[in-house]
Amino acid sequence: MITVIQPGLYTTVQDQGRFGFYGVGFPPSGSMDLYSSAVANILVGNPAHAAVLETTFVGPTLEFERNGRIAVTGATADITIDGVSIQPWTSIEIKKGQVLAFGGISAGVRNYLAISGGIGVQPVMGSRSTYVASNLGGVEGRALLPGDRLEVLADSESHTNRNRFETPEYLRVSPLQHHVIRIVPGLCNYLLDSKSQQLLTAETFTVSTEANRTGYRLTGHQLNFIEREQPFGAGSDPSNVVNLGYPVGSLQAPSGTELICLMRDAVTGGGYATLATVISVDLDILAQMKFPETVSFEAISMEAALQLRAQRGKRLQSLVELIDAVT
Amino acid sequence: MPEISEIAAPFPGVFYRRANPDSAPLAEPGQVIAVGRVIALIEVMKMFHEVQSAVAGKITEFCAEDGDAVAMGQIIAKIERQS
Repeated sequence: MITVIQPGLYTTVQDQGRFGFYGVGFPPSGSMDLYSSAVANILVGNPAHAAVLETTFVGPTLEFERNGRIAVTGATADITIDGVSIQPWTSIEIKKGQVLAFGGISAGVRNYLAISGGIGVQPVMGSRSTYVASNLGGVEGRALLPGDRLEVLADSESHTNRNRFETPEYLRVSPLQHHVIRIVPGLCNYLLDSKSQQLLTAETFTVSTEANRTGYRLTGHQLNFIEREQPFGAGSDPSNVVNLGYPVGSLQAPSGTELICLMRDAVTGGGYATLATVISVDLDILAQMKFPETVSFEAISMEAALQLRAQRGKRLQSLVELIDAVT
Repeated sequence: MPEISEIAAPFPGVFYRRANPDSAPLAEPGQVIAVGRVIALIEVMKMFHEVQSAVAGKITEFCAEDGDAVAMGQIIAKIERQS
């Protein structure tokens, strides 16, 4: 068991997501930065899909009631065990009675804390991920509160010698203040006038203060839609279409005033034109960005996006092989 | 020389000096405050987070306007420490 002394600003249990229910309105949820979450799990000997804690800006203070291993990945943060600083991206032994505490972050947004065995909340619809909007999964479907007690699943015996493995630099994530985020254009980008279509990939947008697990608002430029007679069933605003499904990562521009990128707790459908979709590997990068950091968009093909996703899988596999080689 | 402590935004968000639009500011420049006194709010992810002073002293200045978007680490107030 782990006791939550301080929960941090917004800390939730997340895994790699809940799949198969998008069509009935359930987004995948899961870790906003899937790569960092998977690395934390691999470091402690868990399967990549084990449940971890995801922090937001300010992480928790936790007391451990069992010996085990931990790893913290994601944002750059000051992390201590009993007041002594520990290395991020590294598997570290923690003993019964010790207190793990998160200090301030200096880059990024979210940390991932994996614990050997994985967090053992009850799976809901095949996942332990918290989806707060429906009070589903995680701890009572909500962010952690002081006094919560988290069950940790039994550890696999074969990984007891994994302590102190440090993830090499090239397999870590480095949150920056500007990133190029890759998009696949469509389905409704033809509704933008030609100048706005160009503007989308030519200009820089700023991550606003309204950015959470559901969506990120990105500001800076007015986008204009072509003039047309709105079809039957569509709303009256030029940015409205007849309702359609929204992919995770979908970019919309209600009234053209700002962009909204749907994240892992996405709204699954609605009546705004979907202008482009942020590719899955770059949603990890966007998940570590905050106001007033900036992005620009680069359009790529679906084939290229799928290749990049396969590369992410290969990076994780190479980490598994590196660890297996030294332990 | 009086020692000036700076209070920084712990995360990005919208800075408010009032608990709601019609109430008086939570604290005013010139006011002497104790440790832990709430001096402002920051709205982040649709939650209002209280910003407390870590020191006792006199507020010399607020460095952000009501309703400003503030970055993480941005200085939002200065306190002249009193022991």
